[in-house]
Amino acid sequence: MSTMSQDRPLGATITDAATEPFWAAAKEGVLKFRRCSACAKPNWYPRAVCPYCFGDTDWEASKGTGEIYSVSVTRRAGPIPYAIAYVRLDEGVTMLTNITDCDLDALKIGQRVKLVFKPTEDGNHLPMFTPV
Amino acid sequence: MTLRRKACIAGAYEHPTRKAPDKTVAQLHAECARGALADAGLTMADVDGYFCAGDAPGMGAVNMLDYLGLINVRYVDSTETGGSSYLLHVAHAAAAIAAGKCNVALITLAGRPRSEGSSGVAPRAVVPNVPDAPWESLFSPVTVNMYALVAARHMYQFGTTSEQLAWIKVAAAAHAQHNPHAMLRDPVTVQEVLDSPMISDPLHKLDCCVVSDGGGALVVTRPEIARSLKRPVINLLGAGEAVKGQLGGQVDLSWSAAALSGPKAFEEAGVKPADIQYASIYDSFTITVLMQLEDLGFCAKGQGGKFVADGNLISGVGKLPFNTDGGGLCNNHPANRGGITKVIEAVRQLRGEAHAKVQVPNCTLALAQGIGGLLGSRHGSGTLILERA
Repeated sequence: MSTMSQDRPLGATITDAATEPFWAAAKEGVLKFRRCSACAKPNWYPRAVCPYCFGDTDWEASKGTGEIYSVSVTRRAGPIPYAIAYVRLDEGVTMLTNITDCDLDALKIGQRVKLVFKPTEDGNHLPMFTPV
Repeated sequence: MTLRRKACIAGAYEHPTRKAPDKTVAQLHAECARGALADAGLTMADVDGYFCAGDAPGMGAVNMLDYLGLINVRYVDSTETGGSSYLLHVAHAAAAIAAGKCNVALITLAGRPRSEGSSGVAPRAVVPNVPDAPWESLFSPVTVNMYALVAARHMYQFGTTSEQLAWIKVAAAAHAQHNPHAMLRDPVTVQEVLDSPMISDPLHKLDCCVVSDGGGALVVTRPEIARSLKRPVINLLGAGEAVKGQLGGQVDLSWSAAALSGPKAFEEAGVKPADIQYASIYDSFTITVLMQLEDLGFCAKGQGGKFVADGNLISGVGKLPFNTDGGGLCNNHPANRGGITKVIEAVRQLRGEAHAKVQVPNCTLALAQGIGGLLGSRHGSGTLILERA
Protein backbone atom coordinates (compact mmCIF):
# COMPACT_ATOMS: atom_id res chain seq x y z
CA MET A 1 0.00 0.00 0.00
CA SER A 2 1.15 3.51 -0.61
CA THR A 3 -0.45 6.85 0.15
CA MET A 4 1.45 9.78 -1.32
CA SER A 5 1.14 12.91 0.81
CA GLN A 6 -0.77 15.82 -0.66
CA ASP A 7 -0.55 19.43 0.42
CA ARG A 8 -3.77 20.37 2.21
CA PRO A 9 -5.04 23.91 2.71
CA LEU A 10 -3.45 25.46 5.80
CA GLY A 11 -5.51 28.15 7.53
CA ALA A 12 -4.26 31.37 9.03
CA THR A 13 -1.59 31.26 11.73
CA ILE A 14 -2.17 32.80 15.13
CA THR A 15 0.14 35.79 15.43
CA ASP A 16 0.76 37.33 18.81
CA ALA A 17 3.67 38.51 20.94
CA ALA A 18 4.77 34.90 21.44
CA THR A 19 4.71 33.87 17.78
CA GLU A 20 5.60 36.95 15.71
CA PRO A 21 9.42 36.51 15.80
CA PHE A 22 8.94 32.82 15.07
CA TRP A 23 6.97 33.46 11.87
CA ALA A 24 9.48 36.13 10.82
CA ALA A 25 12.34 33.62 11.15
CA ALA A 26 10.31 30.96 9.35
CA LYS A 27 9.98 33.28 6.35
CA GLU A 28 13.80 33.28 6.24
CA GLY A 29 13.79 29.47 6.31
CA VAL A 30 14.80 29.16 9.95
CA LEU A 31 13.05 27.08 12.65
CA LYS A 32 13.48 28.68 16.05
CA PHE A 33 12.95 27.37 19.55
CA ARG A 34 13.69 28.96 22.93
CA ARG A 35 16.40 28.24 25.47
CA CYS A 36 16.57 29.40 29.07
CA SER A 37 19.32 31.89 29.81
CA ALA A 38 19.35 30.75 33.46
CA CYS A 39 19.24 26.92 33.34
CA ALA A 40 20.19 26.51 29.64
CA LYS A 41 17.40 24.02 28.93
CA PRO A 42 15.57 24.27 25.60
CA ASN A 43 11.78 24.36 25.61
CA TRP A 44 8.98 23.62 23.16
CA TYR A 45 6.41 24.95 22.41
CA PRO A 46 8.33 28.21 22.82
CA ARG A 47 7.76 29.96 26.14
CA ALA A 48 9.07 33.35 27.26
CA VAL A 49 9.31 32.05 30.84
CA CYS A 50 11.23 28.81 31.32
CA PRO A 51 8.94 25.87 32.23
CA TYR A 52 11.79 24.32 34.27
CA CYS A 53 13.05 27.24 36.40
CA PHE A 54 10.90 30.33 35.56
CA GLY A 55 14.01 32.00 34.11
CA ASP A 56 13.92 34.21 31.01
CA THR A 57 14.41 32.52 27.64
CA ASP A 58 15.82 33.56 24.24
CA TRP A 59 15.27 32.42 20.66
CA GLU A 60 17.78 30.02 19.12
CA ALA A 61 17.92 28.54 15.61
CA SER A 62 17.46 24.81 15.11
CA LYS A 63 19.43 22.90 12.48
CA GLY A 64 16.06 21.56 11.33
CA THR A 65 16.93 17.89 11.66
CA GLY A 66 15.61 15.22 13.96
CA GLU A 67 13.76 11.94 14.15
CA ILE A 68 10.16 10.78 14.34
CA TYR A 69 9.15 10.08 17.96
CA SER A 70 5.62 9.00 17.02
CA VAL A 71 3.49 9.25 13.89
CA SER A 72 -0.11 8.55 12.89
CA VAL A 73 -1.61 8.80 9.42
CA THR A 74 -5.05 10.31 9.88
CA ARG A 75 -7.19 8.91 7.10
CA ARG A 76 -10.73 9.96 7.97
CA ALA A 77 -10.61 13.58 9.11
CA GLY A 78 -11.37 15.29 5.82
CA PRO A 79 -10.67 14.50 2.19
CA ILE A 80 -6.86 14.43 2.38
CA PRO A 81 -4.96 11.92 4.54
CA TYR A 82 -2.13 13.47 6.53
CA ALA A 83 0.57 12.36 8.94
CA ILE A 84 0.58 13.97 12.36
CA ALA A 85 3.78 13.36 14.29
CA TYR A 86 5.99 14.25 17.16
CA VAL A 87 9.49 14.99 15.88
CA ARG A 88 12.40 15.14 18.30
CA LEU A 89 14.80 17.83 17.08
CA ASP A 90 18.51 17.19 17.41
CA GLU A 91 18.61 20.12 19.84
CA GLY A 92 16.56 17.98 22.26
CA VAL A 93 12.96 19.17 22.14
CA THR A 94 9.99 17.31 20.67
CA MET A 95 7.41 19.19 18.62
CA LEU A 96 4.00 18.38 17.17
CA THR A 97 4.12 18.66 13.37
CA ASN A 98 3.21 16.95 10.10
CA ILE A 99 5.37 14.68 7.94
CA THR A 100 4.94 15.48 4.27
CA ASP A 101 6.32 15.08 0.72
CA CYS A 102 6.58 11.31 1.07
CA ASP A 103 4.70 8.00 1.03
CA LEU A 104 2.72 8.26 4.25
CA ASP A 105 2.37 4.47 4.54
CA ALA A 106 6.16 4.06 4.68
CA LEU A 107 6.69 6.32 7.69
CA LYS A 108 8.31 4.74 10.74
CA ILE A 109 9.05 5.83 14.27
CA GLY A 110 12.80 6.45 14.59
CA GLN A 111 13.11 7.64 11.00
CA ARG A 112 15.40 10.64 10.34
CA VAL A 113 13.62 13.73 9.04
CA LYS A 114 14.46 17.26 7.95
CA LEU A 115 12.61 20.55 7.95
CA VAL A 116 10.37 21.78 5.13
CA PHE A 117 8.13 24.82 5.26
CA LYS A 118 4.59 24.94 3.89
CA PRO A 119 2.75 28.21 3.12
CA THR A 120 -0.31 29.15 5.16
CA GLU A 121 -3.38 31.08 4.07
CA ASP A 122 -2.01 34.29 5.60
CA GLY A 123 1.40 34.05 3.93
CA ASN A 124 3.34 32.54 6.83
CA HIS A 125 5.46 29.40 6.68
CA LEU A 126 4.56 26.38 8.79
CA PRO A 127 7.38 24.00 9.83
CA MET A 128 6.82 20.41 8.74
CA PHE A 129 9.24 17.55 8.14
CA THR A 130 10.07 15.09 5.40
CA PRO A 131 12.13 11.88 5.52
CA VAL A 132 15.85 12.42 4.85
CA MET B 1 -6.33 15.29 56.06
CA THR B 2 -7.28 11.99 54.51
CA LEU B 3 -10.55 11.51 52.61
CA ARG B 4 -10.73 7.85 53.60
CA ARG B 5 -14.38 7.10 54.51
CA LYS B 6 -15.11 10.83 54.92
CA ALA B 7 -17.88 10.78 52.29
CA CYS B 8 -20.21 8.38 50.50
CA ILE B 9 -21.77 8.14 47.07
CA ALA B 10 -25.43 8.03 48.03
CA GLY B 11 -27.04 8.58 44.65
CA ALA B 12 -26.17 7.75 41.05
CA TYR B 13 -28.13 8.10 37.84
CA GLU B 14 -27.36 7.57 34.17
CA HIS B 15 -29.76 9.15 31.72
CA PRO B 16 -31.23 6.43 29.48
CA THR B 17 -31.25 8.58 26.35
CA ARG B 18 -28.55 8.18 23.72
CA LYS B 19 -30.09 10.70 21.30
CA ALA B 20 -32.00 13.72 22.50
CA PRO B 21 -32.65 16.16 19.64
CA ASP B 22 -35.77 17.44 21.40
CA LYS B 23 -34.10 18.34 24.69
CA THR B 24 -31.70 21.08 25.77
CA VAL B 25 -28.41 20.44 27.51
CA ALA B 26 -29.67 22.22 30.63
CA GLN B 27 -32.79 20.05 30.65
CA LEU B 28 -30.67 16.91 30.49
CA HIS B 29 -28.64 18.18 33.46
CA ALA B 30 -31.89 18.72 35.39
CA GLU B 31 -33.25 15.27 34.51
CA CYS B 32 -29.98 13.71 35.69
CA ALA B 33 -30.05 15.74 38.92
CA ARG B 34 -33.62 14.62 39.56
CA GLY B 35 -32.69 11.00 38.88
CA ALA B 36 -29.68 10.95 41.21
CA LEU B 37 -31.54 12.63 44.07
CA ALA B 38 -34.45 10.20 43.69
CA ASP B 39 -31.98 7.31 43.68
CA ALA B 40 -30.49 8.58 46.95
CA GLY B 41 -33.84 9.36 48.53
CA LEU B 42 -33.00 13.05 48.90
CA THR B 43 -34.64 16.24 47.62
CA MET B 44 -33.60 19.46 45.90
CA ALA B 45 -33.74 21.25 49.24
CA ASP B 46 -31.10 18.91 50.66
CA VAL B 47 -28.46 19.91 48.08
CA ASP B 48 -25.94 22.35 49.54
CA GLY B 49 -22.97 21.64 47.26
CA TYR B 50 -22.89 21.68 43.44
CA PHE B 51 -20.20 20.53 40.99
CA CYS B 52 -20.12 20.81 37.21
CA ALA B 53 -17.53 21.05 34.41
CA GLY B 54 -17.14 22.38 30.88
CA ASP B 55 -20.23 20.62 29.53
CA ALA B 56 -22.43 22.84 31.74
CA PRO B 57 -23.57 25.73 29.54
CA GLY B 58 -22.54 29.26 30.36
CA MET B 59 -20.65 30.17 33.49
CA GLY B 60 -20.90 26.73 35.06
CA ALA B 61 -22.60 26.79 38.43
CA VAL B 62 -23.79 30.37 37.95
CA ASN B 63 -26.10 29.48 35.06
CA MET B 64 -26.84 25.94 36.16
CA LEU B 65 -27.88 26.63 39.75
CA ASP B 66 -30.29 29.31 38.54
CA TYR B 67 -31.75 26.91 35.95
CA LEU B 68 -31.94 23.99 38.36
CA GLY B 69 -33.50 26.08 41.14
CA LEU B 70 -31.06 24.93 43.81
CA ILE B 71 -31.23 27.75 46.35
CA ASN B 72 -29.53 26.13 49.35
CA VAL B 73 -26.12 25.65 47.77
CA ARG B 74 -23.24 27.09 49.78
CA TYR B 75 -20.33 25.39 48.01
CA VAL B 76 -19.61 25.31 44.25
CA ASP B 77 -16.76 23.86 42.17
CA SER B 78 -16.36 23.96 38.39
CA THR B 79 -13.08 22.05 38.14
CA GLU B 80 -12.47 21.27 34.46
CA THR B 81 -10.20 18.43 33.36
CA GLY B 82 -12.29 17.26 30.41
CA GLY B 83 -13.93 13.87 30.71
CA SER B 84 -12.13 13.10 33.95
CA SER B 85 -13.62 16.15 35.72
CA TYR B 86 -16.37 14.21 37.49
CA LEU B 87 -13.95 11.87 39.25
CA LEU B 88 -12.16 14.93 40.59
CA HIS B 89 -15.54 16.36 41.58
CA VAL B 90 -16.24 13.32 43.77
CA ALA B 91 -12.91 13.82 45.54
CA HIS B 92 -13.43 17.58 45.86
CA ALA B 93 -16.95 17.02 47.20
CA ALA B 94 -15.55 14.62 49.80
CA ALA B 95 -12.95 17.21 50.81
CA ALA B 96 -15.63 19.92 51.09
CA ILE B 97 -17.79 17.59 53.21
CA ALA B 98 -14.84 16.68 55.42
CA ALA B 99 -14.11 20.40 55.88
CA GLY B 100 -17.69 21.08 56.88
CA LYS B 101 -18.44 23.20 53.83
CA CYS B 102 -21.41 21.12 52.65
CA ASN B 103 -23.34 17.92 53.43
CA VAL B 104 -25.03 16.87 50.19
CA ALA B 105 -23.09 17.51 46.99
CA LEU B 106 -24.65 17.12 43.55
CA ILE B 107 -22.49 16.49 40.46
CA THR B 108 -24.08 16.71 36.99
CA LEU B 109 -22.93 16.11 33.43
CA ALA B 110 -24.97 16.26 30.22
CA GLY B 111 -24.54 16.96 26.53
CA ARG B 112 -25.84 16.33 23.04
CA PRO B 113 -22.79 15.77 20.82
CA ARG B 114 -24.67 13.19 18.74
CA SER B 115 -27.55 15.56 17.96
CA GLU B 116 -25.09 18.38 17.38
CA GLY B 117 -23.00 16.38 14.91
CA SER B 118 -19.78 16.17 16.93
CA SER B 119 -17.14 13.58 16.13
CA GLY B 120 -13.64 12.56 17.08
CA VAL B 121 -12.25 13.57 13.69
CA ALA B 122 -13.66 17.10 13.75
CA PRO B 123 -11.21 19.99 14.22
CA ARG B 124 -11.11 21.01 17.85
CA ALA B 125 -12.21 24.59 18.51
CA VAL B 126 -9.34 27.07 18.85
CA VAL B 127 -9.96 29.23 21.90
CA PRO B 128 -8.21 32.63 22.07
CA ASN B 129 -5.07 32.89 24.22
CA VAL B 130 -4.60 29.15 24.68
CA PRO B 131 -0.78 29.11 24.72
CA ASP B 132 -0.24 25.85 22.80
CA ALA B 133 -2.76 26.59 20.01
CA PRO B 134 -0.52 28.69 17.71
CA TRP B 135 2.08 25.90 17.72
CA GLU B 136 -0.26 22.99 17.08
CA SER B 137 -3.67 23.76 15.61
CA LEU B 138 -2.57 24.00 11.94
CA PHE B 139 -1.09 20.49 12.08
CA SER B 140 -4.70 19.26 12.47
CA PRO B 141 -4.63 17.49 15.79
CA VAL B 142 -8.09 15.98 16.28
CA THR B 143 -9.24 13.85 19.16
CA VAL B 144 -8.52 10.48 17.59
CA ASN B 145 -5.02 11.18 16.28
CA MET B 146 -3.87 12.59 19.62
CA TYR B 147 -4.64 9.17 21.09
CA ALA B 148 -3.33 7.30 18.03
CA LEU B 149 0.12 8.85 18.57
CA VAL B 150 0.22 7.19 21.99
CA ALA B 151 -0.88 3.84 20.54
CA ALA B 152 1.72 4.02 17.77
CA ARG B 153 4.48 4.79 20.24
CA HIS B 154 3.33 2.00 22.60
CA MET B 155 3.50 -0.50 19.75
CA TYR B 156 6.98 0.71 18.79
CA GLN B 157 8.33 0.77 22.34
CA PHE B 158 6.66 -2.31 23.84
CA GLY B 159 5.55 -4.48 20.92
CA THR B 160 1.84 -4.03 21.63
CA THR B 161 -0.39 -5.21 18.77
CA SER B 162 -3.69 -4.15 17.23
CA GLU B 163 -5.05 -7.59 18.17
CA GLN B 164 -4.30 -6.91 21.82
CA LEU B 165 -5.99 -3.48 21.71
CA ALA B 166 -8.98 -5.09 19.99
CA TRP B 167 -9.53 -7.34 23.02
CA ILE B 168 -10.50 -4.24 25.01
CA LYS B 169 -13.35 -3.55 22.59
CA VAL B 170 -14.30 -7.23 22.55
CA ALA B 171 -14.64 -7.18 26.36
CA ALA B 172 -16.71 -3.98 26.33
CA ALA B 173 -19.02 -5.42 23.69
CA ALA B 174 -19.39 -8.68 25.61
CA HIS B 175 -20.76 -6.60 28.49
CA ALA B 176 -22.84 -4.20 26.39
CA GLN B 177 -25.00 -7.01 24.98
CA HIS B 178 -26.67 -7.17 28.41
CA ASN B 179 -27.32 -3.41 28.67
CA PRO B 180 -30.66 -2.47 27.05
CA HIS B 181 -29.61 1.20 26.95
CA ALA B 182 -26.24 0.60 25.22
CA MET B 183 -25.78 2.24 21.82
CA LEU B 184 -23.91 -0.78 20.45
CA ARG B 185 -25.22 -4.11 21.75
CA ASP B 186 -23.77 -6.62 19.33
CA PRO B 187 -20.80 -8.74 20.46
CA VAL B 188 -17.73 -8.23 18.26
CA THR B 189 -14.64 -10.31 17.55
CA VAL B 190 -10.99 -9.29 17.41
CA GLN B 191 -11.12 -9.77 13.64
CA GLU B 192 -14.12 -7.44 13.32
CA VAL B 193 -12.18 -4.71 15.13
CA LEU B 194 -9.18 -5.20 12.83
CA ASP B 195 -11.44 -5.20 9.75
CA SER B 196 -13.18 -1.94 10.71
CA PRO B 197 -11.98 1.17 8.83
CA MET B 198 -8.63 2.65 9.85
CA ILE B 199 -9.35 6.12 11.24
CA SER B 200 -5.87 7.21 12.34
CA ASP B 201 -3.11 4.57 12.43
CA PRO B 202 -3.18 2.34 14.40
CA LEU B 203 -6.70 3.07 15.69
CA HIS B 204 -9.61 1.52 13.81
CA LYS B 205 -13.20 2.68 14.01
CA LEU B 206 -13.95 0.02 16.61
CA ASP B 207 -11.04 1.23 18.76
CA CYS B 208 -13.03 4.45 19.23
CA CYS B 209 -15.87 5.20 21.66
CA VAL B 210 -19.38 6.06 20.58
CA VAL B 211 -20.71 9.60 20.20
CA SER B 212 -23.89 9.82 22.26
CA ASP B 213 -26.24 12.29 23.87
CA GLY B 214 -27.14 11.90 27.52
CA GLY B 215 -25.72 12.55 30.92
CA GLY B 216 -25.38 11.44 34.48
CA ALA B 217 -25.38 12.68 38.03
CA LEU B 218 -23.98 11.68 41.41
CA VAL B 219 -24.89 12.61 44.97
CA VAL B 220 -22.02 12.63 47.48
CA THR B 221 -22.95 12.94 51.15
CA ARG B 222 -21.62 12.95 54.66
CA PRO B 223 -21.43 9.32 55.92
CA GLU B 224 -24.08 9.87 58.61
CA ILE B 225 -26.52 11.01 55.92
CA ALA B 226 -25.71 8.04 53.67
CA ARG B 227 -26.30 5.66 56.56
CA SER B 228 -29.72 7.22 57.21
CA LEU B 229 -30.86 6.52 53.65
CA LYS B 230 -32.24 3.27 52.24
CA ARG B 231 -29.45 2.56 49.73
CA PRO B 232 -26.26 0.54 50.31
CA VAL B 233 -23.50 2.72 51.78
CA ILE B 234 -20.66 3.28 49.30
CA ASN B 235 -17.61 4.85 50.92
CA LEU B 236 -14.89 6.82 49.18
CA LEU B 237 -11.67 5.12 50.32
CA GLY B 238 -9.10 7.01 48.31
CA ALA B 239 -8.71 9.58 45.54
CA GLY B 240 -5.96 10.94 43.37
CA GLU B 241 -5.75 13.57 40.65
CA ALA B 242 -3.04 14.75 38.30
CA VAL B 243 -2.42 16.66 35.08
CA LYS B 244 0.25 15.84 32.52
CA GLY B 245 1.42 17.75 29.45
CA GLN B 246 4.36 17.78 27.08
CA LEU B 247 6.92 18.31 29.84
CA GLY B 248 8.36 21.44 28.26
CA GLY B 249 9.28 19.57 25.09
CA GLN B 250 10.56 16.37 26.72
CA VAL B 251 7.50 14.56 25.34
CA ASP B 252 7.09 11.06 26.80
CA LEU B 253 4.02 9.19 25.58
CA SER B 254 4.87 6.01 27.50
CA TRP B 255 2.99 7.05 30.63
CA SER B 256 -0.15 9.02 31.47
CA ALA B 257 -1.24 11.16 34.41
CA ALA B 258 -2.84 8.00 35.84
CA ALA B 259 0.70 7.05 36.89
CA LEU B 260 0.50 10.02 39.28
CA SER B 261 -3.15 9.94 40.35
CA GLY B 262 -3.32 6.16 40.82
CA PRO B 263 -0.64 5.71 43.49
CA LYS B 264 -2.10 8.61 45.50
CA ALA B 265 -5.52 6.95 45.50
CA PHE B 266 -4.15 3.52 46.43
CA GLU B 267 -2.07 5.01 49.23
CA GLU B 268 -5.02 6.87 50.69
CA ALA B 269 -7.27 3.82 50.40
CA GLY B 270 -4.65 1.49 51.89
CA VAL B 271 -5.24 -1.15 49.21
CA LYS B 272 -3.32 -2.58 46.24
CA PRO B 273 -4.31 -3.03 42.59
CA ALA B 274 -4.58 -6.80 43.19
CA ASP B 275 -7.32 -6.12 45.79
CA ILE B 276 -9.63 -4.43 43.25
CA GLN B 277 -12.58 -6.64 42.25
CA TYR B 278 -14.05 -4.38 39.57
CA ALA B 279 -12.55 -1.48 37.60
CA SER B 280 -14.25 1.24 35.57
CA ILE B 281 -11.54 2.49 33.21
CA TYR B 282 -12.25 5.43 30.90
CA ASP B 283 -12.37 4.04 27.40
CA SER B 284 -12.39 6.97 25.00
CA PHE B 285 -10.23 4.68 22.87
CA THR B 286 -8.84 1.20 23.44
CA ILE B 287 -5.35 2.62 23.99
CA THR B 288 -6.69 4.83 26.79
CA VAL B 289 -7.67 1.72 28.75
CA LEU B 290 -4.35 -0.02 28.18
CA MET B 291 -2.34 2.99 29.33
CA GLN B 292 -4.40 3.45 32.48
CA LEU B 293 -4.23 -0.24 33.43
CA GLU B 294 -0.43 -0.12 33.24
CA ASP B 295 -0.14 3.23 34.98
CA LEU B 296 -2.44 2.17 37.83
CA GLY B 297 -0.25 -0.88 38.41
CA PHE B 298 -2.64 -3.64 37.32
CA CYS B 299 0.31 -4.87 35.23
CA ALA B 300 3.86 -3.75 34.56
CA LYS B 301 4.57 -0.92 32.10
CA GLY B 302 4.57 -2.34 28.60
CA GLN B 303 2.66 -5.48 29.57
CA GLY B 304 -0.82 -4.02 29.03
CA GLY B 305 -1.26 -5.79 25.71
CA LYS B 306 -0.74 -9.20 27.26
CA PHE B 307 -2.89 -8.22 30.25
CA VAL B 308 -5.99 -7.32 28.22
CA ALA B 309 -5.76 -10.22 25.75
CA ASP B 310 -7.83 -13.39 25.81
CA GLY B 311 -10.80 -11.88 27.62
CA ASN B 312 -9.03 -10.89 30.83
CA LEU B 313 -11.33 -7.83 31.16
CA ILE B 314 -14.58 -9.81 30.64
CA SER B 315 -16.71 -10.31 33.74
CA GLY B 316 -16.92 -13.97 34.69
CA VAL B 317 -14.05 -14.83 32.34
CA GLY B 318 -11.00 -12.75 33.21
CA LYS B 319 -9.22 -11.54 36.30
CA LEU B 320 -10.21 -7.86 36.11
CA PRO B 321 -13.83 -7.25 35.05
CA PHE B 322 -14.02 -3.75 33.56
CA ASN B 323 -16.75 -1.44 32.23
CA THR B 324 -19.57 -3.91 32.72
CA ASP B 325 -22.09 -1.40 31.30
CA GLY B 326 -20.29 -1.57 27.94
CA GLY B 327 -18.32 1.59 28.69
CA GLY B 328 -17.73 4.42 26.26
CA LEU B 329 -16.75 1.95 23.58
CA CYS B 330 -20.29 0.51 23.41
CA ASN B 331 -22.72 1.99 25.91
CA ASN B 332 -22.51 5.73 26.26
CA HIS B 333 -20.13 8.69 26.11
CA PRO B 334 -22.40 11.60 27.02
CA ALA B 335 -21.09 15.08 26.20
CA ASN B 336 -17.97 13.36 24.83
CA ARG B 337 -17.03 12.92 28.49
CA GLY B 338 -16.98 9.49 30.05
CA GLY B 339 -15.95 10.19 33.61
CA ILE B 340 -19.31 10.14 35.34
CA THR B 341 -20.51 6.89 33.79
CA LYS B 342 -17.33 5.28 35.14
CA VAL B 343 -18.37 6.16 38.69
CA ILE B 344 -22.00 5.18 38.09
CA GLU B 345 -21.15 1.63 36.94
CA ALA B 346 -18.72 1.18 39.85
CA VAL B 347 -21.55 2.17 42.21
CA ARG B 348 -23.88 -0.33 40.51
CA GLN B 349 -21.31 -3.08 40.98
CA LEU B 350 -20.77 -2.25 44.66
CA ARG B 351 -24.52 -2.17 45.27
CA GLY B 352 -24.94 -5.49 43.47
CA GLU B 353 -27.17 -3.75 40.92
CA ALA B 354 -25.21 -4.41 37.74
CA HIS B 355 -26.85 -6.71 35.20
CA ALA B 356 -26.86 -10.28 36.56
CA LYS B 357 -24.79 -11.49 33.59
CA VAL B 358 -21.95 -9.09 34.43
CA GLN B 359 -22.31 -8.57 38.20
CA VAL B 360 -19.08 -9.33 40.07
CA PRO B 361 -20.01 -11.68 42.96
CA ASN B 362 -19.83 -10.02 46.38
CA CYS B 363 -18.18 -6.90 44.95
CA THR B 364 -16.96 -4.79 47.88
CA LEU B 365 -13.95 -2.94 46.41
CA ALA B 366 -13.98 -1.09 43.09
CA LEU B 367 -11.94 1.49 41.24
CA ALA B 368 -13.11 4.23 38.88
CA GLN B 369 -10.54 5.91 36.66
CA GLY B 370 -10.72 8.62 34.03
CA ILE B 371 -8.52 10.54 31.65
CA GLY B 372 -9.84 13.70 30.01
CA GLY B 373 -8.36 16.01 27.42
CA LEU B 374 -5.88 14.58 24.94
CA LEU B 375 -3.76 11.61 25.99
CA GLY B 376 -1.09 12.57 23.44
CA SER B 377 -0.60 16.17 24.58
CA ARG B 378 -2.36 17.51 27.67
CA HIS B 379 -4.75 15.61 29.91
CA GLY B 380 -6.11 15.28 33.42
CA SER B 381 -6.54 12.07 35.38
CA GLY B 382 -8.75 11.17 38.31
CA THR B 383 -8.68 7.93 40.30
CA LEU B 384 -11.28 6.89 42.88
CA ILE B 385 -11.30 3.80 45.06
CA LEU B 386 -14.71 2.91 46.48
CA GLU B 387 -15.90 0.29 48.94
CA ARG B 388 -19.23 -1.08 49.97
CA ALA B 389 -19.53 -0.65 53.72
